Amino acid sequence: MKRRSFIATGAATGLGLMAAPAILRAQSAPLRVGTYGGYFEDSFNEHIFPDFTAETGIEVESIGTPTGEAWLVQLQQAARAGQAPADVSMMAQVARIRGERAGLWAELDPAAVPNRENLPGHFVHEYEDGRFYGTGAVSWYITLVTNTEVYPEAPTSWTALWDEENRDRLGLLALASNSFLLEITAATHFGGTDILATEEGVMEVLDKLAEVRPNVRLWYRDEGQFQQALQSGEIPMGQYYHDVTGLAAADGQPVRSTFPEEGAVLDSGSWVVSSASSAIDRAQEFIDYMARPDVQAKLARFVGTAPTVNRELTDLSDEEFGAVASDLPPILPYYDLYVDRSDWVNQRWAEMITG
Amino acid sequence: MSAGVGRTTPGWLGAIPAVWLAVLFLIPFAIMLSVSVAQRVPGGFFEPGFELASYARLFTAFFGRILLTSVLIAGGAALICVALAFPFTVILAGMRRRAQTLVLVMLLAVLSLSEVIIGFSLSTLLSRTAGVGNLFAALGLTETSQAYTPGLFALMAGLCYLGFPYAVLVLYPPVSRLDPELGEAARSMGASPLRGFLTVTVPVLRAPILGALILVFVFTLGAYLLPQLLGRPRHWTLSVHITDQAIFQSNLPLAAAMAVVLLLVALAMVGLALLLGRQREAGA
Repeated sequence: MKRRSFIATGAATGLGLMAAPAILRAQSAPLRVGTYGGYFEDSFNEHIFPDFTAETGIEVESIGTPTGEAWLVQLQQAARAGQAPADVSMMAQVARIRGERAGLWAELDPAAVPNRENLPGHFVHEYEDGRFYGTGAVSWYITLVTNTEVYPEAPTSWTALWDEENRDRLGLLALASNSFLLEITAATHFGGTDILATEEGVMEVLDKLAEVRPNVRLWYRDEGQFQQALQSGEIPMGQYYHDVTGLAAADGQPVRSTFPEEGAVLDSGSWVVSSASSAIDRAQEFIDYMARPDVQAKLARFVGTAPTVNRELTDLSDEEFGAVASDLPPILPYYDLYVDRSDWVNQRWAEMITG
Repeated sequence: MSAGVGRTTPGWLGAIPAVWLAVLFLIPFAIMLSVSVAQRVPGGFFEPGFELASYARLFTAFFGRILLTSVLIAGGAALICVALAFPFTVILAGMRRRAQTLVLVMLLAVLSLSEVIIGFSLSTLLSRTAGVGNLFAALGLTETSQAYTPGLFALMAGLCYLGFPYAVLVLYPPVSRLDPELGEAARSMGASPLRGFLTVTVPVLRAPILGALILVFVFTLGAYLLPQLLGRPRHWTLSVHITDQAIFQSNLPLAAAMAVVLLLVALAMVGLALLLGRQREAGA
């Protein structure tokens, strides 16, 4: 009897021992957080992740991700195979909404993310049935940028893109869904983005936008390509990110970012968790941490992004806030266009750009 | 002789490349085919299914133009590459052994460069601020420095840089084995060196020339980085649009359908070239 139970216990212990390394690994495996590779990832590694680990004891493994939908496709493919290349990912809005439609994001416990109260409603993401799945991570502006040596005077309006003086001098983003040039054109020439509600309206805006084509030297997909050309003056004007341009200027590069009178485009990224992730608890802890006003203020100071929490909650001075954002009313992207009518818009866009 | 080869080379050895081909080409191709007929979910991804909607989208003037652009650019690059590589290889084969090795090693070194490095280097080299335009301006050839990129010239330069070593490597073995007496015979009959080259050397090597053309054509047809970096939007090839659909619009069914069409067009062009080559040989 004793012997039998010994054997049984032994077997159980043996099994337990065999299983133990896996459990240990799971607990000690770092939380994998995906942010846009390059500058964003470096900044998070330097300023954000170490403090998070020091406070919570949760190790973070940083994963550099491509911007936009490339990462969404990879997450989706991996999730089909039950894999999560990252637990938490920062996703652009169109990609986030597409993931929501596909049910790709894990449901989160609202009680585990109390700091979501700090965020405005449009930065608290829920499925249609009300299940909470993500929060606004950072926001940023796409502004009118110029090389200061080629343009001693800063331009004041997006109409500079249409100016014949700027022939073959512009660098613009190559895709409808990341350039938001339809919104910029609508705000500049049609009094606002309401015109984008109908297909006829979109066509009218596209026709107006087609007029900038002779001025565009580079339709870029790769940010590095444009930034380098902007700094050297090879392509002295274009649309680009306010935060990165400010950092390049601070580094002594002859570039400037201008908030045009029609407003700059306010875009944002959100934290979501892959449904294939096995680290939901730690992911929630991370997302809650990132929604704290002091962390959002730190992001503004060190990474150069605009806070997603209400400004009053942060201790940012006017000067600090001005460096990352503007009180001018922004141009808000018409995201529904790229989700509900994406194939149609992309087709018309491709015809406009290559035509 | 051939029986001897058959005995020393076991038949099952042939199964290894066959399996490899199945694993690395046929299976991915089957997946691509199945994705291309899957059902696109607007605003989402795709559901497995069978519909030809993605193919139907390709029957437009827009895609016809892109396909034509791709074929013309790749065909142009192939012609330029082989036109440069053939005389180059003939001269190379006439050089001393040591010099030949050196040149071939340099060509192989070019192959180790990635498309990204070639693209960025050329875009800098042809730029207004840091490129050859400054040299031309300093020499007084142009008034001010100009940019030569992006455009068709820059794109062709990039594609030919990429394809040239392949053309030489395909042509080198047959050219170096070419009997020098053929050329000498032509010259002794009174043909000038150029006439001998055109009427004797080129026709004898028709098959390897065709092979080099096909290789460079197929190779540059798949290029998607150089057209983005060095071309204007009107030079964006089908490969660029496939990338946009797959990576940026997450429309995998359409991307897969375009890829299938691109593959079929490439195969058709290769088949046509081989057929023409054989017919002409039979005619001659």
